[in-house]
Amino acid sequence: MSVHVKTTINGDQVEFVCGADEPLLDVLRNRLGLTGAKEGCGTGDCGACSVILDGRLVCSCLVLGAEMDGRSVETIEGMADGAKLHPLQQQFIDNAALQCGVCTPGFLMAAQALLRKNPDPTEEDIRFGLAGNLCRCTGYDKIVRAVQAAAKEMRG
Amino acid sequence: MRYEAPATAKEAVALLAKEKGTAYVLAGGTDLLVKMKAGMVEPDLVVDIKRIKAMREIKKTATGFSIGGAVPCAALTENAALVKAWPGVVEAANLIGSKQVQGRCTMSGNLCNASPAADSVPALVAAGAKVAITGPKGSRKLAVEDVPAGVGRTNLKKGEIVTSIELPKKLAKSGDAYLRFIPRTEMDIAVVSCAVNLTIDGKGVITKARVALGAVAVTVLLVKDAAKAIIGTKLDDAAKAKLTAACSAACKPIDDKRGTIEFRTDVAGVLARRAAETAYARAGGK
Repeated sequence: MSVHVKTTINGDQVEFVCGADEPLLDVLRNRLGLTGAKEGCGTGDCGACSVILDGRLVCSCLVLGAEMDGRSVETIEGMADGAKLHPLQQQFIDNAALQCGVCTPGFLMAAQALLRKNPDPTEEDIRFGLAGNLCRCTGYDKIVRAVQAAAKEMRG
Repeated sequence: MRYEAPATAKEAVALLAKEKGTAYVLAGGTDLLVKMKAGMVEPDLVVDIKRIKAMREIKKTATGFSIGGAVPCAALTENAALVKAWPGVVEAANLIGSKQVQGRCTMSGNLCNASPAADSVPALVAAGAKVAITGPKGSRKLAVEDVPAGVGRTNLKKGEIVTSIELPKKLAKSGDAYLRFIPRTEMDIAVVSCAVNLTIDGKGVITKARVALGAVAVTVLLVKDAAKAIIGTKLDDAAKAKLTAACSAACKPIDDKRGTIEFRTDVAGVLARRAAETAYARAGGK
């Protein structure tokens, strides 16, 4: 069974046809060419496929594309304002908070969701907020520093 | 596989009831989609209940709170009245998985997945919550502790869905708490867990209590002897010792790489004591 879906992705109206059992992650990557979200585990443990769905952080591997009709999704591709990087993205670069980069889009989406709810998080808040994202290269310290720096910058 | 997203519980029930193949309810999907990915289940039909408006709402009712079957656990934390009345339940539900998982997972799904280690279930049992069920033969209610029938099995019949979880009104001078043991600080499944809900009188004497244990038997356990051990006391050391012993005595755990029988049995008592202390303080006891 194929499902025809009309949805909003990063503010743009998008239509696609997908299999009834096809995860949103596969729709984003294989049908829409939005390859920022990565498949690490495919079972909701690693957070590499994190997107924001109707304002909530979710793993796109645990959402069906068929569920998306009339919904609104934010992905990493919508984070920068044209050529100008989001403060989180810039601080990840400035703080060397990535090596291979596979986990980075997921961390950025999770950090974005965290800072919207809590613009002034403690280190503990950040570590809990990002506990659903795994990084196997850097360890988490530089990531936490980058989020702290971005939060400070965004508070102005 | 067919995907359906009906607008009413009645339509959802009809779809599930008439399906000849294997049919599953899709709430948050954080268990179902993982099982599909692993090939553990191959549904012919998936019925998404998130388009049913009434099932997406948290309502304050004459008898307490009604939490729709499709309400994600993250939404519970945003309802100030619910957090104030049932902090233990809200905390338990938001220990499930990560922030990403909490954005999707539901307490009704946690219950119907029927894992003995489900975090929200002991807290709901201690709270005395019921579930509202709609099925082909009409509606009924069940106590939360009567829903699981075993590991991965429930007492729901074909076509029945949990439309809401009904939490009772919080009594004056009462408090609840949930604790679990995991070897890490986050993103893990309970090795042992315990929830306590109690009410005290003006002198700090416990008048009512419910104690539930998770991950120490095939289903979450309501431990009546543990409640008896603290009712009529001010949660003094003797009462806590009896509570600890009653909880350990109720355990029938498995031995696995995550915890031995001996460890789970011992820690169940420790968690019960600590959860009771938190619940007692939340009730206003000193």
